[in-house]
Amino acid sequence: MTAEHTAGTSSTTTFLGMPQPADPLRWGSSFPEAARRELGNDQLRRNLGHATSTIRAKRAKVVGEVPDWEALRDAGSALKTQVMDNLPELLEELERNVTARGGVVHWARDAAEANRIVAGLVRAKGTDEVVKVKSMATQEIGLNEALEAEGIHATETDLAELIVQLADDMPSHILVPAIHRNRAEIREIFLDRMGDAPPDLTDVPRELAMAARAHLRRKFLSAKVAVSGANFGVAETGTLSVVESEGNGRMCLTLPETLITVMGIEKLIPRFTDLEVFLQLLPRSSTGERMNPYTSMWTGVTPGDGPSEFHLVLLDNGRTRVLADEVGRSALHCIRCSACLNVCPVYERVGGHAYGSVYPGPIGAILTPQLTGEPSDLPYASTLCGACYDVCPVKIDIPSILVDLRAREVESGSAGRGWGAAMKAASMVMSDGGRFRRAARLGRVGRVAGGRDGVIARLPGPGAAWTDSRDLPLPPKQTFRDWWAAHEREGADDERSGGDRPGSERPRTGRPGTDAPGTESR
Amino acid sequence: MTTARDEVLARVRAALTSGSAGSTGMSSSAGPSDDGMAADVSREYRESGEHAVGSAAALELLVDRLEDYKAEVHRVSAAEVPTAVARLTAALPSGDDVPERAESAGSGPTPGPDAIAPAADTPRGRVVAPSGLEPEWVAAMSDGGVEVVVDTPEAPLTPSDLDRTAAVVTAARVAIAETGTIVLDAGPDQGRRAISLVPDVHICVVRADQVVQTVPEAVRLLAHHPDRPLTWISGPSATSDIELNRVEGVHGPRTLHVVLVDAASHRTLTWSG
Repeated sequence: MTAEHTAGTSSTTTFLGMPQPADPLRWGSSFPEAARRELGNDQLRRNLGHATSTIRAKRAKVVGEVPDWEALRDAGSALKTQVMDNLPELLEELERNVTARGGVVHWARDAAEANRIVAGLVRAKGTDEVVKVKSMATQEIGLNEALEAEGIHATETDLAELIVQLADDMPSHILVPAIHRNRAEIREIFLDRMGDAPPDLTDVPRELAMAARAHLRRKFLSAKVAVSGANFGVAETGTLSVVESEGNGRMCLTLPETLITVMGIEKLIPRFTDLEVFLQLLPRSSTGERMNPYTSMWTGVTPGDGPSEFHLVLLDNGRTRVLADEVGRSALHCIRCSACLNVCPVYERVGGHAYGSVYPGPIGAILTPQLTGEPSDLPYASTLCGACYDVCPVKIDIPSILVDLRAREVESGSAGRGWGAAMKAASMVMSDGGRFRRAARLGRVGRVAGGRDGVIARLPGPGAAWTDSRDLPLPPKQTFRDWWAAHEREGADDERSGGDRPGSERPRTGRPGTDAPGTESR
Repeated sequence: MTTARDEVLARVRAALTSGSAGSTGMSSSAGPSDDGMAADVSREYRESGEHAVGSAAALELLVDRLEDYKAEVHRVSAAEVPTAVARLTAALPSGDDVPERAESAGSGPTPGPDAIAPAADTPRGRVVAPSGLEPEWVAAMSDGGVEVVVDTPEAPLTPSDLDRTAAVVTAARVAIAETGTIVLDAGPDQGRRAISLVPDVHICVVRADQVVQTVPEAVRLLAHHPDRPLTWISGPSATSDIELNRVEGVHGPRTLHVVLVDAASHRTLTWSG
């Protein structure tokens, strides 16, 4: 993108971002490689650690306030199951109701088709500029880049999306796309790229927010076309809903003459009153607020209030592929709260970019491979600790789906390079006592392969499949078998000399932990 | 030629058929049903709270929640509403000169003046009102020297007009105590959505009998007219996008005054703002 640069800024920018990829669902290197790179970024880890611990505490507090939280989760889960089971009828019902209220419904099989539809609609209004509300669906299809190629500039109006867009970066979190940036970096991005940032801008968050307000206000007041996503689409009434905080959503949904909403086909809910469940689950899980500052709901077109033209683009883009899998299907229940990211020990350390998809974290690890239908190492980007399942407001059993996806990767033979060979080798060695003993002793040679930090970062041969995705602690100096054999000898010696040492009925055998070298690395 | 619509719907149907073909358990219990889909969903959650609509306890809870998210609450009796509205609008600062607030986790220097310069022609205290606003309130504001601009369906203000007003005064449809939420449904006393969005100060009058405790109570009330444009407001505009610290006041109104009308007891005007 072309950004106005303020005079006098240095040519070396410290906020280098993740460049725009060709495919928002598949970019960058493999997860292990990307994770290794990101783990080397201390600033990123500090930013993420601070942000995720803040949001975890907020969420825990406001969820704790709700006496019927588990009942709400049950209802949310059941409603989403019902939506998937009745999806064709509900989609037709939504279409009927939106149309009856003056909206126009479009269907898109994939990203390219959705982008073509939106670009065509914008061009038809004779404008080359649109304002946008933060939306995962439009991120997923790379709408901004597709519009840019058609000569249409899309301005992101959510503060975090604006930061990401100005820095020519990729989002790293579903809810807070610029979570990897701290206030000092954001100040630098604004001064360098915004064009109209006050030169004396400090890094106080309120001042940064006010700079964004001033920058965007003129655009809001003059925009002809807005593009949004949707949090919920009510089949029964044709009502669409956007949940937000800043008011940029309200601006986009209310002021322009034309509104184009891109919605994944799974975002449906059956009835208007089902909102009572999701509007309790989403804000507390997402931002850790009892309710987000603003929620907008609109049904088609309302004469004299808001846009006079409304288009709804219903997007498949791999969702029906996910739906066809009975285990993986529940990934479509996701309401994009991002609670699973904030509690994930893997996400907290590697950040969103390592996942190489606009959907990072635990939900991304199950959604991305299913949406693309291609082999992926993302199902391994988890310790299976289960924290994601515990916080999920619609009870998606992410760990089970991860295991299922791993099993399928292994069955199809596409799991990580050499993984199958390593497992075969391990099976051969472990099935025979003699072979295992020799292999365990051989492992001590591995101490030579270790660095000074006491870990092995890279093993040769089939062992590389293991160290590709994790470091290996140095093997102990003595194997457990050797220790045991030596210990048995000692015990025998003790017994033989037992008569000389009255009272020592409990020899050292009773406390192996103190001198068991085989356990030193546990 | 197959249309995208036909193809997507066919894919959905195929996915559901192939998915349930091999299994016997899941599809039978949660399979498509032509009528009464609601029967499948257990609703063990609270459909209402322990506090009656408009009760003192519900009001206390609402006030607590509103203040927690930095809304300014003024509790008045019904007779005091015109005076309260007149005093709030007469005290409006001009343009965007909104009092600074300490940010939640802020350290560092005191924020400088707002980046936005007030529009030069912003008259002091110009207020927009929806066409159905209580005439008594409008009269009280005018008497207080405030210029009130009424937005009518026949002559709606442009976004730029709205940007040159200092505040908006509206009524509300319903308020949710537990979450500190006020819902507008674009009724005549609330106006179209843009008028409560663009001005920097929103003064919202909420009656005690509009205060429910829980979200389901409010949703069921709104479900009578689901096609009205709805705006749920919980405190002033805010963002948590910078290091997840909450900063109040971004694109929407940076100040939210809630005039809470206590029907039962006569109260003395209290000014928390």
